[in-house]
Amino acid sequence: MATDQALRGLDSLELQPGRGQQDPGRLARKAWAALWPKLLAIALVVAVWELITLTGWKKYVLKGPGPVFSDLWQQMQHGMLWSTIGWTMRSALIGYVVALLIGSVVGLLVARIKPLRAAVGSIITGLQTMPSVAWAPFAIILFGEDNSAILFVVILGAAPSIANGLITGVDYTPPLLLRAGKTMGLRGFALYRYLILPASLPAYVAGLKQGWAFAWRSLMAAELFIAIVGQISIGQQLSVDQQSLDFAGASTMIIVILVIGIVVDTLFTKADTAIRRRRGLLDPALAS
Amino acid sequence: MSANQQAAPPGITLGASALSRAGVAADGDRVAVRLTDVSKVYGAGERAVHALDKVSLAVHDGEFVCLIGASGCGKSTLLSLVAGLDSATSGQVSTAGRHVSLMFQEPALFPWLTASRNVELALRARGVPKSSRQIRTAELLETVRLGGFGGKRPHELSGGMRQRVAMARALAQDADVLLMDEPFGALDAMTRDLLHDELERICAERTLTVLFVTHNVREAARLGDRVIVLSSRPGRVIDEYTLPRLGPRRIDSPEVSGVAARLTDRLREEMRRHGY
Repeated sequence: MATDQALRGLDSLELQPGRGQQDPGRLARKAWAALWPKLLAIALVVAVWELITLTGWKKYVLKGPGPVFSDLWQQMQHGMLWSTIGWTMRSALIGYVVALLIGSVVGLLVARIKPLRAAVGSIITGLQTMPSVAWAPFAIILFGEDNSAILFVVILGAAPSIANGLITGVDYTPPLLLRAGKTMGLRGFALYRYLILPASLPAYVAGLKQGWAFAWRSLMAAELFIAIVGQISIGQQLSVDQQSLDFAGASTMIIVILVIGIVVDTLFTKADTAIRRRRGLLDPALAS
Repeated sequence: MSANQQAAPPGITLGASALSRAGVAADGDRVAVRLTDVSKVYGAGERAVHALDKVSLAVHDGEFVCLIGASGCGKSTLLSLVAGLDSATSGQVSTAGRHVSLMFQEPALFPWLTASRNVELALRARGVPKSSRQIRTAELLETVRLGGFGGKRPHELSGGMRQRVAMARALAQDADVLLMDEPFGALDAMTRDLLHDELERICAERTLTVLFVTHNVREAARLGDRVIVLSSRPGRVIDEYTLPRLGPRRIDSPEVSGVAARLTDRLREEMRRHGY
């Protein structure tokens, strides 16, 4: 019993004291600390832009932040911008989900089956480094100027990253955990279900995040390249703005592309941080 | 110390005597783990490494045997062979159908699962029905005195607590034989001392057979019913000490210190053999 008490005492001494969660101002301060550098960066960009405009450089086409933001504001009042964004997001979502399925299945098969790894492992990495817009002419030949062609380019852009993320995760399952799992009697499917796949999750999410970045890039390239009759997408709107030398319109589209890319990337970063926090992979000093 | 010396004549029982001891087992004393002329060679040709060379030993039911040796004595290899994670180059390894589980120097807990879930997974892996898993998990955590910590994740626990969760997980495998590969090697002396007491209690409660690898002579002298000394490259059984339990032992008691000193001398002798 004396040992028991000593042990419990040691346990309570060794556990980190709970972090102060009660402080009501903490969340607001954290949000502000994350926000102000971003606001400052945006302010700097806008200031430089305004200065360049004031010098009169390219004065017949270049518009300052004022006209561009008022154009953005006006467009936001119209349904047109939103239906353009909606259509593009629909393509992004469909393409990404299909890439997710294909990438995951291929990744898992390649990770599990040795001859398959030897056969297609390096092809996947090769595909990953390939600029996916190079597939656009190929896609048009196959599908015509159709949304299938756009989705084809998006899928080829995103799937290799997702597959590679999963393969990396499986490969980097710590050998010690594998030994522990095997002594426990985990074999075959159970070994994957309870050990290898959960252990792969951080690398898989990193692959998903990179896959999204590639999907979004590929989609913009494909939309610029492939015009679908009667359907305006973000890429096509950019193309139209280019032809009519509409600087404000083109700038508005660039801002929209940037904001969507950043918002989705932030969601992936949040998921990544949550996973790493659960596993104790975050430096507590940085996390708080 | 004197009683101990009478009981364990120093350094005269060599490898062959381990064999004869295994032979003695025929009269009633049941053998849980038996190695007969086990050799393990890694690689081939000139660069082959003889990790174990004709090792024979027998561990009896309920016995606590410590394996001690300098680096390269094949201690960990031996445990892998008994656990069935690796197979011997020659010779036989037998556990006669007993359940064996293995603990490492690192807790090797799954970081995405809570302490309870880690223990529960071992139950699930051997097919314990869901209905009884939760109760069994709670009991096992209570056994290692971690009753209130089931909801914590491994990184939220201290090193000693993690190693106790690993012990609960090993017990969840319904093991008769616990193979321990320097399980307390990474812990501080105070924690290790407490865990020695805990391990002793748990072994007594469950009549566990333990094969415990360490390179800490005091630890071996503190815990073992028997201490087996292995030589290095190749690993051979070179000595064996039987340590009768005359009462509760402490890491700093004179008997333990005496045995530890003898083990140290024996190991140094073995290390000198490898010097220039």
